Amino acid sequence: MKHLNIERRRPKIGVFDFTGCEGCELQLANKEDSLGAFLSAIEVVSFREVSSDNGSDYNVALVDGAISRPDEVERLKEIRQRAELLVAMGSCACFGGVNRLKNAYDLDEANREVYGDCPKQTMPTMSVKEVVPVDLEIPGCPVCKDEVERVVQHLVWDLPLPTYAYPLCLECKQRYTVCRFEFGELCLGPITRAGCNAPCPAGGLGCWGCRGPAEAPNYDEFFALTAERGFDRQIVRERMGFFGGFDHVLAELEKQEQHEAIHDDHA
Amino acid sequence: MTITLKVDVHHLGRVEGHGNIKVRVVDGELTEARWDIVETPRFFEVMLKGKHYTTAGILTARICGICSIGHCLASVRATEFAFGVEIPEAAAKLRLLAKHGETLQSHVLHLFFLAAPDFLGLHSAIPLKDIKPEVFALAARLKKLANDMCDVVAGRTTHPVSIQVGGMARMPDKHTLLDLKSRLERAVEDLRVAVELFRTFEIPEFERETEFVSLKGERGYPFIGGRIFSSDGVEHAEAEYLAMTNEYVTENNTSKWCKLSRESFAVGALARVNNNYHRLHPKARAVAVLFDLAPVCYNPFMNNIAQLVECVHVVHESIRLIEELVENPNAETMVPVKPRAGRGVAAVEVPRGILYHDYEYDENGRIVKANCIIPTTQNNANIHYDLNALVKQMAGNSGMTDERMELLCSMLVRSYDPCISCSVH
Repeated sequence: MKHLNIERRRPKIGVFDFTGCEGCELQLANKEDSLGAFLSAIEVVSFREVSSDNGSDYNVALVDGAISRPDEVERLKEIRQRAELLVAMGSCACFGGVNRLKNAYDLDEANREVYGDCPKQTMPTMSVKEVVPVDLEIPGCPVCKDEVERVVQHLVWDLPLPTYAYPLCLECKQRYTVCRFEFGELCLGPITRAGCNAPCPAGGLGCWGCRGPAEAPNYDEFFALTAERGFDRQIVRERMGFFGGFDHVLAELEKQEQHEAIHDDHA
Repeated sequence: MTITLKVDVHHLGRVEGHGNIKVRVVDGELTEARWDIVETPRFFEVMLKGKHYTTAGILTARICGICSIGHCLASVRATEFAFGVEIPEAAAKLRLLAKHGETLQSHVLHLFFLAAPDFLGLHSAIPLKDIKPEVFALAARLKKLANDMCDVVAGRTTHPVSIQVGGMARMPDKHTLLDLKSRLERAVEDLRVAVELFRTFEIPEFERETEFVSLKGERGYPFIGGRIFSSDGVEHAEAEYLAMTNEYVTENNTSKWCKLSRESFAVGALARVNNNYHRLHPKARAVAVLFDLAPVCYNPFMNNIAQLVECVHVVHESIRLIEELVENPNAETMVPVKPRAGRGVAAVEVPRGILYHDYEYDENGRIVKANCIIPTTQNNANIHYDLNALVKQMAGNSGMTDERMELLCSMLVRSYDPCISCSVH
């Protein structure tokens, strides 16, 4: 299709789902005002959820969901081989998402509990980048269609791709949302990467950190703030561990505490 | 001439999640017709163990990207039963409005983007934007309205935030609600055009007698809570849901199967319409009449039409709900919650059928045991047996080919609008 009489560069896109709820794929069909334009700017080569005719001639792969079975590892590797650009879309693809919570349980026992004596194949949940190299990550549960559109605009027109270094709190201030801490509620806004326009606090729920950490958050100050406001340390950590984006921070904390405990024992 | 047919669909397209179809007809004899779910298991019931009650709704919403509002509603309702919490009337109305928004969103998505391409000879709805721009625009308009409704009422369309244990986090602004109402009024005309479009579609003629399970509408067409009821006459209270589901594990499926009075039963829009036909809004019933959809309809392809009928129902009911809500814009929407040890069960009619959440809590408000039974889990056996009957009935038709049989089987499965990743939670 021509635009201003010029043939456009249309990225050939494949959309691929792994372990997850397919909510991120649904977002691609949302934002209806620009849906026609979005679909005209790209060539959908493979998108099983919306098409029964799927090819393999794509150069951009949008991958959503986490990896939790050996056949998914193989399928993902094949996609990586074909794609010039691989985008991890959503918190499951970027961090493992809520699926990662299962890693805290004994999987054989979990299997017995759900499937009895007919267990199904499974393995610990991994993010996409734990299996293959990822070129670009768009976290979020679900992903924001705006951000996917910006990737397409970048590919088609070389428009700059914005990155969000600042935390979510700024976006609440921009839209005049009253801080959830003022309601006595916990919110991960001070440490979470912005870019979603903070819909959850506006809807009456403190941030759960689905987009992972902002650039260099002040964790010490955040832990001091939540302690001062009387939030149970366990509850704060559980929330940070919910989508997997802060797992490295939590692991570091635990290591530090173990070290301190040993140190205390010696003292 | 004897017929030999071979169909192998690996990861069926235009459905949510991963399922396979396999059909073999050798010398006129059906040797195999299978519907298998191969989605990766996620173990939500295990992940729920030890979780705080404020987490349960947020976690279980992630079971499904399409019916996350329904999961959240079932989750908070189960928790409220366990804690003995009664939500304010305005919160109940807001929840129903969010539910209607989700029903419209999900049905429009299925009808136009997943099902319609089969009837129009297309592989997807994407070409519609060029060959039938007015249909594409209409579908986009209805879908946007439904999504905006969910955003306004539930805070977000996918993975809602305002639906919380104790009620709803906030009452939407009156003017925003009135704006939605005027758009809903305009949607009545869009749906009239949609009905005209679907009347041009050729619905395959196929019937297989089965049992239909749904909530029982005692005051209105049922969506949230109430007694559970089957067309074979089985009836139970919400808390006795296990007597209606009878889940079991099969070798080839990562989703479980269910049965009640027969080898399989069906849930979803067709089950609801069959079981609660007289509770439909008169305007919705009028649409059913146009399509000769009357109880008991045993043609699974008519589930598409039942969804269309429900779209009309929820649009009219949403207009009424908004009128009631704006009369009392400062109404309380939340009550305080005090956790206690106990068990709670909730049943909610989500777009694809009846959904159950069942939680057992300790005295600190943490989950000890959880069980979720998903509509598509309940439908899988029925889809499988339908597939067998469909192949038997259609195999001998003149001019039957592998391609034609593959299309028919795929259309049958799509008619159920399966939510496969949901069924393998």
